[in-house]
Amino acid sequence: MTPAKRAPPPSREALRAATVGLSASALLILGIYVGSRRFKDFDVALVPYAAATVFAAFALGYRYAIWLGRPPTKRYFQQSLAIFFTRGKILANTLGLARAVYGSLFTQRFIRERSTLRWLAHFCIMWGCLLAAAVTFPLSFGWIRFETPRDSQEMYEAFVFGVRVFRCRLDSPLASLMFNALVVSAVLVLVGIFLSLYRRSRDRGVLAVQEASSDLLPLILLFAISATGVLLTISTHFMNGFNYTFLSQFHAVTVILTLLYIPFGKFFHIVQRPTQIGVQLYKQEGAAGEQAKCARCGEPFASALQVGDLKRVQAELGIRYGLAGGGHYQDVCPPCRRKNLALLQDGMWGAVRRGGDPESKES
Amino acid sequence: MSERALFIDYARCIGCQACVQACEECDTHRGQPMIHLETIRRRDSVQTAPQVCMHCEDPICAQVCPADAIKKGPDGVVHSALTHRCIGCSNCVLACPFGVPKYFAAIDQMMKCDLCYDRTSIGKKPMCATVCPSQALTFMTPEELERTRRGTAVNEWVFGEERVRTKVSVVVPHEVKEVHVNLVQLGKRREKAEPDDVAALLEEG
Ligand code: SF4
Ligand code: SF4
Repeated sequence: MTPAKRAPPPSREALRAATVGLSASALLILGIYVGSRRFKDFDVALVPYAAATVFAAFALGYRYAIWLGRPPTKRYFQQSLAIFFTRGKILANTLGLARAVYGSLFTQRFIRERSTLRWLAHFCIMWGCLLAAAVTFPLSFGWIRFETPRDSQEMYEAFVFGVRVFRCRLDSPLASLMFNALVVSAVLVLVGIFLSLYRRSRDRGVLAVQEASSDLLPLILLFAISATGVLLTISTHFMNGFNYTFLSQFHAVTVILTLLYIPFGKFFHIVQRPTQIGVQLYKQEGAAGEQAKCARCGEPFASALQVGDLKRVQAELGIRYGLAGGGHYQDVCPPCRRKNLALLQDGMWGAVRRGGDPESKES
Repeated sequence: MSERALFIDYARCIGCQACVQACEECDTHRGQPMIHLETIRRRDSVQTAPQVCMHCEDPICAQVCPADAIKKGPDGVVHSALTHRCIGCSNCVLACPFGVPKYFAAIDQMMKCDLCYDRTSIGKKPMCATVCPSQALTFMTPEELERTRRGTAVNEWVFGEERVRTKVSVVVPHEVKEVHVNLVQLGKRREKAEPDDVAALLEEG
């Protein structure tokens, strides 16, 4: 698949994006440095993970900046920020935002409306991944550390940024929950993957449009991570460490590959999706304001805010919808555009019947 | 022999709704028709016209999409919004020169005609052209069209100053090389319908 061919990012854009990417990496490295108390709590065995994350941060920052630089994206971004920070409305907007975050990001109602199976699969994968990320990132950055204190082998202590936050007994439910958080996340992800593959193998519409590289590769990567993760636990607890070294290396490779893939493939939607919230705010603002009326039928068809922004975006993109008579094609509502096309064809045949010129603009 | 393509001849449409019903059965958007069937100038004609996606060479819908959710395949088919990307802003709905994409609020996403990709990608006709009894929508080779139809097929459009070239063509008189769309041709309708003008009242809804 190819993107629209107009407006390739000029080199200035690329430079700006690279700066954003580098800043993201630098911030992360600084975060690791400070959070691990000058690398005191940093586990050297986890360096490859941290390094892959630093690279992913660069690529994510880069791609995000390029994406935000596209005229329509930039316009929405600026407008939603402006709307959010309108004086006197910040409180109401924050409430609206919280509602939108709950509906769109937390419960993901819009996916359930498509199909329950799809929603369930996505829900399992999403929460599994988020849980795993919440555990592993801080660990590999040295932000969290666990120790058994010198005075007691039965106890377990957790440190966040070097500060002890709690102590619990090794055989307590809390400790076993902590030890098994990654197993729980892996099982969630595996269930999600199976549901997703089941749907993808049965739905003929999906079968026709899905692509191995963009739709199946992410599932394969997640499967590899989760399966090797679960096998590691099985090897430790039930098989006396059978093949442990091989498994842990393999697991590391799958995780690192996935980290490197995040900015480039389907996982990019994780950082892209929150814009939906901004757009919801924008739509609310538009609906409450003036409405644009169609130049043909006179009916309101969209918010004046959006039509105005679209015209601006079109001008930036070089889309020239200005009409000969001084009007603007963007002011014609979609149903009138469709009707007009048929009328136009009708007029051409009419002109031919009358022995005139079908290309005449006066029909 | 060239490849088969989709042609629209609005004038042939008899408004039977067969395309709408068949479109609903396409696997890529089951239950939702993507085709638009417009009733035009109800006050003085019974004309109806179908509109499918024209599959533009450089789709404006994709250019104005903030989420980069609309992609064109190597075969020139412009696909429905990628579900993981579309953020439901409706820019595409408002900017498409042919008025094609549809926004569905419940799923907060855009969906549009994808030329029955499940069918055309394996050599079958799209649903609409398969069932259209008057062949206002037809899927054939350009040669077949020239042989069997009055007129010629064009796929060059000018909206204001914007040139658009499409994969789908419309049948027009031979003299026409490209279709110029201007407000002149839009024809304003009367401000308010007369109380006894049932047709006009219907149109007002
Ligand atoms: S006809 Fe409209 S929806 Fe179809 S490709 Fe062109 S711009 Fe996009
Ligand atoms: S509705 Fe979806 S596909 Fe259409 S422009 Fe907005 S994000 Fe893109």
